[in-house]
Amino acid sequence: MSSNVITVPIGQTEARPWVDELHQWLTTVDHKRLGILYIVSSLLFLVIGGVEALIIRVQLMHSHNNFVSPQVFNQMFTMHGTTMIFFVAMPVLFGFANYLVPLMIGARDMAFPRLNAFSFWLSFLGGLLLYFSFFGGSGLYGAGSAPDVGWWSYAPLGARAFSRGHSSDYWTLALLVSGFGSIGTAINIIATILCLRCPGMKLNRMPLLVWMNFVMAGMVLLAITPLSAAQIMLLIDRYLGGHFFDTQAGGSAVLWMHFFWIFGHPEVYVLIIPCFSFMSEIIPVFSRKPIFGYPVMVAATVCIAFVSMSVWAHHMFTIGMNSYANSFFTLTTMAVGVPTGIKIFNWIGTMWGGRIQFKMPMLFSIAFLFQFLIAGLTGIMMAASPFDWQLSLSYFVVAHFHYVIVGGILFALFAAFYYWYPKMTGRMLSERLGKWHFWLFLIGFHLTFDVMHIPGVLGMPRRIYTYEPGRGWDTLNFIITIGAFIQALAILVFVANLIISYFKGARAGNDPWDAWTLEWSISSPPPAYNFASVPTVASRRPLWDLKHPEDPDSRYE
Amino acid sequence: MSMLKIKSSTLQWLGQAMLLLFWPAIAVWASEPKSSSPHGTNIFAPASTPAKSIADLSVIVLVITGIIFVVVFSLLVYAVVKFRKRVTDADREPPQVYGSTQIELAWTIIPILIVVVLFLTTARVIHAVQDAPEPASALDVIAIGHQYWWEFRYPKLGIVTANELHIPVSDLSHPAPTFLQLLSADTDHSFWVPELAGKTDLIPNHPNRMWMDPQRTGVFLGQCAQYCGTQHAKMLLRVSVDETDDFAAWVRAQQKPVVQDTDRVAGRRVFESNACMNCHAVGGTQANGRFGPDLTHLMSRATIAAGAAENTHDNLRLWIQNPSAIKPGSLMPAMKLSDADLDAVVSYMETLH
Repeated sequence: MSSNVITVPIGQTEARPWVDELHQWLTTVDHKRLGILYIVSSLLFLVIGGVEALIIRVQLMHSHNNFVSPQVFNQMFTMHGTTMIFFVAMPVLFGFANYLVPLMIGARDMAFPRLNAFSFWLSFLGGLLLYFSFFGGSGLYGAGSAPDVGWWSYAPLGARAFSRGHSSDYWTLALLVSGFGSIGTAINIIATILCLRCPGMKLNRMPLLVWMNFVMAGMVLLAITPLSAAQIMLLIDRYLGGHFFDTQAGGSAVLWMHFFWIFGHPEVYVLIIPCFSFMSEIIPVFSRKPIFGYPVMVAATVCIAFVSMSVWAHHMFTIGMNSYANSFFTLTTMAVGVPTGIKIFNWIGTMWGGRIQFKMPMLFSIAFLFQFLIAGLTGIMMAASPFDWQLSLSYFVVAHFHYVIVGGILFALFAAFYYWYPKMTGRMLSERLGKWHFWLFLIGFHLTFDVMHIPGVLGMPRRIYTYEPGRGWDTLNFIITIGAFIQALAILVFVANLIISYFKGARAGNDPWDAWTLEWSISSPPPAYNFASVPTVASRRPLWDLKHPEDPDSRYE
Repeated sequence: MSMLKIKSSTLQWLGQAMLLLFWPAIAVWASEPKSSSPHGTNIFAPASTPAKSIADLSVIVLVITGIIFVVVFSLLVYAVVKFRKRVTDADREPPQVYGSTQIELAWTIIPILIVVVLFLTTARVIHAVQDAPEPASALDVIAIGHQYWWEFRYPKLGIVTANELHIPVSDLSHPAPTFLQLLSADTDHSFWVPELAGKTDLIPNHPNRMWMDPQRTGVFLGQCAQYCGTQHAKMLLRVSVDETDDFAAWVRAQQKPVVQDTDRVAGRRVFESNACMNCHAVGGTQANGRFGPDLTHLMSRATIAAGAAENTHDNLRLWIQNPSAIKPGSLMPAMKLSDADLDAVVSYMETLH
């Protein structure tokens, strides 16, 4: 393999007028720039969605609070959920996939660079459409308003009779448009991985990050299509007199639930599998060992993908399915815990006998493992459908899925940020600010989401803008709100770190972590063409082979 | 894996110890509203068979997941502490281990066995709760969810009431369970009284069923658990579990026709000449609307506005004058009555015992 880099004379790339620079960014089809655009736009939406979360938390700080009206509160939790899932979590993960997959398989770019740009701008436009509802939501009825139907928009609440004006239409269009973007990206990732691997990179030599993003892309194709279909049916209901979900004309509310959750549950794995992929790259490097059980990790990922397609109705245990359906979905949901458990064991197996370095990416990864374990176990509790008859729709569920999404996905993303930021910018993120970020966020996270399980057990339903005093919920909610603000503070430190380190961070060099995958063989940031000459690989860890010619991996594979 | 087996009794002990740590916390929080009449909403203080089966299952699931947590957490902490990089390590790389089929098999098969046990335990409870036959002695009630209140109809007793469900206490030797048929007039709702049963949704065009057989008397609190619109939060629910005699007395009182008080004719005229009667029913009069709660025996209820306010003279007046002051987003319009009409209609309401 080769890692020579064509040096670009200094001055040629700098001092371009900012209009040109902006034009370059807006018209780019480079996978690395699009990756960064995805990431930056989702950080923007993260801050917006975070502010919405804080508004929710201030309102719930104590019983009978009047910080916002019920209408505004309902808009806030609808927008918070929709934003965080569709315009933060998915795009930021697509951003990393975009940036890393071609580099890790030794490719020049994604298979369809223009489709890639088109997909990004569709996703971003979707986000703008969603937020335009604040201005145009009510259409001719008066001032704008955001949708307030919850991020599931359960039928018939999303029907015209109950959601007047146009706020729900913006929600529908935003999901439809960004959904097309997601489908485009998924096709692109699959085609790239199947067609553009460098010589020697057989499927069983691909880095796990590539494997897992491949599986994720396959799941996007299967999950987003029913969602898009449902949105189109909803539009037909609302504007062309259809009756798919219009219960007043004999439509079915339950049909919408099936459509939504056959998207919604695979979606959770669409989000968590790329995070597994970060873990599978970061934990080995900082344990100084190869991943434990590579083939099992791949098999477990594929297994999760298949099983998770048959668990969706565990979101619907309370809708009155018969006992056979409830038993079936209990079984499949518990079964998905097996391959997930295998992964956790394999990561621990990777650390076992290693020499663990506690750099920022590894700190976040260890916190991920700990929190994802708890999230998985509360998931098992709710898989037991009778237990779920109590816990579903309560704050216990809210705590559980935030444990997955914040404690799992967001922590894994932070690990990925600290790990690949040097590659993307050429500068290291500050470890000192990083420690502040880590500990503040960890404390805030546990204060908020550990405590949040308890009001659920004490009967507090989700999505209520206020509650009665004397239920034993006041103190708990107050603690939760404090935790939320500590997390917000930590995010500020993180954003400051991203900005300050961009200008003042230590130079990263090609390979700051002494890592083993192809992206670390080229300069940081990589040149537009990625690899000066097409690399050839002989094992899963090409840079290990390069650094240890006396003991290459290729000997054992 | 042999190491794990040896330690399993210790781990079990640890799991239970953890549960014990968890328990008092719940118990303390739950006991906050001390002995003041209504029961709380703690899912671990069940007072009825379905809630009790669920709580028992929950304890089993908590113990098993607790043990898993302790095992995996200990392995994780051990790995992090034991295999951290030490100063003495210099730059040597550790031995490169790629995997082990035996170990992978072990941590595949053991979780599968745990899943089988958990599933079988759960399936029993699903069947016991969901497929319970309805005995002849059961009381039938139809619960209808409305944006933002509950309608309760007792078809065999000819009673219609709202927001406060009365049911008889049951005991295991003479079971008197209540079977609810759950319907919705508009959007999705969910009937949740945590200490009596798990929640079940009320979905338009999709009738559901649930049951409970409370073994303690008193008022049990709950509320709508499925987001149903603006005032989802104040769609509160009370279930009054009465002694058998008290329940019979309540039934007789509800079945009595309204006594027309000739002193309050003015209020009745206001009620019937405004839009009030389009939505509300008062038995034995021309008012037979079904969009809002039946008011025939309004004064027999402790609360108004689906539990959002106590049923006092002042609250009633405020509610009729301006519903948004109590429940912004409620579908009851402000009728813009003059003060005199308002007083008249309130005093009419107060005759509806």
